[in-house]
Amino acid sequence: MAPVSIDNGLMVAWALFVLGFIGVLVRRDLVFVLMSIEVMLNAAGLAFILAGAKWGKPDGQVMFIFILATAAAEVALGLGLVLRFHHKFKTLDTDAASKMRG
Amino acid sequence: MTTSFYLAAAVALASTLMVITRARIIHALLYFIISLFSVSIMFFAAGAPFAAALEVIIYAGAIMVLFLFIIMILNLGAEAAAQERQWLTPGIWLGPSMLALILIADLAFLISRGGGYANGLYAVTVQPKDVGIALYGPYLLGVELASLLLLAGLIGALHLARRNVPEEGEDGTGIN
Repeated sequence: MAPVSIDNGLMVAWALFVLGFIGVLVRRDLVFVLMSIEVMLNAAGLAFILAGAKWGKPDGQVMFIFILATAAAEVALGLGLVLRFHHKFKTLDTDAASKMRG
Repeated sequence: MTTSFYLAAAVALASTLMVITRARIIHALLYFIISLFSVSIMFFAAGAPFAAALEVIIYAGAIMVLFLFIIMILNLGAEAAAQERQWLTPGIWLGPSMLALILIADLAFLISRGGGYANGLYAVTVQPKDVGIALYGPYLLGVELASLLLLAGLIGALHLARRNVPEEGEDGTGIN
């Protein structure tokens, strides 16, 4: 059975990353933006895993664990910010916070 | 292996496309969980069973629950019950359920053909033991930095989620 070429696997990771990027660009809901960032982190992890599997080394999985830790910290802070945002503006629309002061 | 990998990749792309096009958060969350499961099966097929398990346990298990908490907290309005009834119509569950069924069939095929994770995508399976040895050997500094990052995240989330943080912008327009 023919092995999956690394190019095809990386194309999948690239497509997932682009989908997440489009999500960040087009959505106005803060929770959707956070979720799209998660999609992008996930795609980066997929690329690491595939590269690690290509060479048969554990380094790709180690990097994936670091990405996981980063994603966990990012989501905890991001959702805390979403709570504060909703408390202040009574909405999740990012356009509500488009005005800067100072 | 190859068939399973591409099938899971197709499911991942389809469900991620559904994530960024849904109107309601909870629907997007369902599709995102399916997307994470399919990426996990891709890890499994690529000979990384430890990463596949972590993907399900931490991403789909822990991080998605955080999103669920936020949705629950933010939906405390009077119209929440009506919304809930509207969300529980069977049509909403149909799409994620179909994708999940495809994934179950994919995983069953993978296990029946491979006999566990004996042969990965590139005929090399990186065992969890190797990952652990690498993690606490050459990458020890990275582990320490990750623990610092998680501590910073913990303190930051604790500070942000406090009820009575003193407001600096008194007119209610600025972000403090």
